[in-house]
Amino acid sequence: MMLSVRDLTVSIGPETAPIDIVSGVSFDIGKGEILGLVGESGCGKSMTSLAVMGLLPQPGPRIRGGRIDLVGADVTQLQPWQRVEAGHGRIAMIFQEPMTSLNPVRRIGDQIAEAVRVHDGVSGAAAQARAHELLDLVRIPDAALQLAAYPHQLSGGQRQRIMIAIALACRPQVLIADEPTTALDVTIQIQILGLLRDLCNRLDMSILFITHDMGVIAQLADRVAVMYGGRIVETADVGALFNEPRHHYTRGLMDCMPARNLGARRLPTIAGQAPRPGAIRTGCVFAPRCAAVQDLCLVAAPPRIVLSEGHEALCAFPLQGERPS
Amino acid sequence: MSETLLEVRDLKTSFNVKRSGRKYRLKAVDGVSLSLVSGEVLGIVGESGCGKTTVGRSIVRLVQPDSGAIQFRGGDVLGARGAALRDVRLNLRMVFQDPYASLNPRRSIGDSVAEAGDINGVFKSRADRAARIAETLSAVGLEPSFATRYPHELSGGQRQRAGIARAILPAPAVIIADEPVSALDVSVQAQVLNLMMDLRERLGLSMLFISHDIGVIGQISDRVAVMYMGRVVELSDARTILDRAMHPYTRALMAAVPKPDPSQRIVGVVETGEPPSQFNRPTGCAYAARCPLASERCLAEAPLLRPIGPDNRLVACHNL
Repeated sequence: MMLSVRDLTVSIGPETAPIDIVSGVSFDIGKGEILGLVGESGCGKSMTSLAVMGLLPQPGPRIRGGRIDLVGADVTQLQPWQRVEAGHGRIAMIFQEPMTSLNPVRRIGDQIAEAVRVHDGVSGAAAQARAHELLDLVRIPDAALQLAAYPHQLSGGQRQRIMIAIALACRPQVLIADEPTTALDVTIQIQILGLLRDLCNRLDMSILFITHDMGVIAQLADRVAVMYGGRIVETADVGALFNEPRHHYTRGLMDCMPARNLGARRLPTIAGQAPRPGAIRTGCVFAPRCAAVQDLCLVAAPPRIVLSEGHEALCAFPLQGERPS
Repeated sequence: MSETLLEVRDLKTSFNVKRSGRKYRLKAVDGVSLSLVSGEVLGIVGESGCGKTTVGRSIVRLVQPDSGAIQFRGGDVLGARGAALRDVRLNLRMVFQDPYASLNPRRSIGDSVAEAGDINGVFKSRADRAARIAETLSAVGLEPSFATRYPHELSGGQRQRAGIARAILPAPAVIIADEPVSALDVSVQAQVLNLMMDLRERLGLSMLFISHDIGVIGQISDRVAVMYMGRVVELSDARTILDRAMHPYTRALMAAVPKPDPSQRIVGVVETGEPPSQFNRPTGCAYAARCPLASERCLAEAPLLRPIGPDNRLVACHNL
């Protein structure tokens, strides 16, 4: 496994009365695999990724339990620089809005070369040459010209390619992509998704892809973890998930997508809204919104049921594998 | 026969922008004509910078167009003053994208919802005002008690409901909704879309529904206008466009929407290209550089919107 997360719990608030914003999350990503982590705002997907990167904002959320293994090494409590020093640094991350991640007053080439310098220990012409190579890798045309450009001179899609180039400077074994296409137009999004899939194949890189968009998940992921209220509620291969969603939340998410309902009079909805962290302390976190809720769901934490190999759902009464319309 | 409520003719709106020390005139909307009949939802779909938002903002006079005509029930909108302007303001109401930015954080929900009524002297008494606020909040699925709450106490979905309540309070004829569900999570988005469809039926509203999301547009619209680089490139019934798009851009846009079906993967298959710079509009068709059908003529001459085929459809393309 390139990345293995076990029972990760991230909490905020005082030590004596912690509020879990990520609660017992476990997943694995194999070599060259893309794991899609899908969920709505506030479900804990970004906090999970920041914990894995060692980038949780300080002071604030902290890892209260669990373990993160990166290519076989336990990095749970290591700061980013300690990871680099210990040689576990081959993980990188890209974010939703490339403009806020890039320095607006520095040339593209220098920003890529900076990352090259940190990881390869080379500078000057060698670093610029590597920057050129990285731009070719992310398919930026006229790389030599673009090295001298400033971020504002590039389109949103090109800026995201630059961020990917910077991320690739450390030759990552694992790339975390947190909603990297959410701010992009669909015709540009499809290109960036294609680029990520291609890099994953060519460099044998593993990707943790975080999104709220089930369509993007269907297009890119090999395996999927669905998150709700700080927990992973369903894990499956992408085909199994879309053919036979077993958790009521997964099914609800699919049903309320307009694309599945073209021309329908009314969209199916999930009643109510997502709970605030810590608001639900007993029973299933999805119970207040679940259409199939039973008395048991309100009092007992739902079991993790293995439905088939690699397909698990956190539900006492999982769906019986009906295919969504 | 339905009445034509809103008529937009050859609308052009541009902005001064500065880039690298040079001044440019950015043509955000470059000759758009649309009409909206009563009870209808017209969807405007397109990508960032295509001018769809500027069309909406020009209609409600948030930005001043360079030229063109806008008529509401036959009356001039752009030159309206006094009582005529008041009529326009109460009848053409806008719902904005960001429910966090579009409500004043220091005003109670009730005051925000009632603002247009207060300014235009719609309410007969304080009791009438309170009753109208309560009634409007109930219509959008909020408890009347929300009137005394403030925006920070509301979730995103609730705020957007408040934004819709503000728009419908003066019983308008037309709602102009600019990406009203784009900032919402998908489960909440479905709730708000359903609300808008309910209101349309119950109140007989007409809507100009602006969105980048083909799925959302297809859900709510009767007719759809597809915009690219400030112009309408295809205009037809929603079903016709969604099932049988003709303009090469519309086709690319539809093909690029990630389908929620892992057996229909398009990643690495669909080629879409980059849009041209907005500061250097090509002389010919703005889509030519990305278009698989582009010919010599496309580079030289901009295509006009013309009827093609039996479906009452308008397309701006030389090659169909």
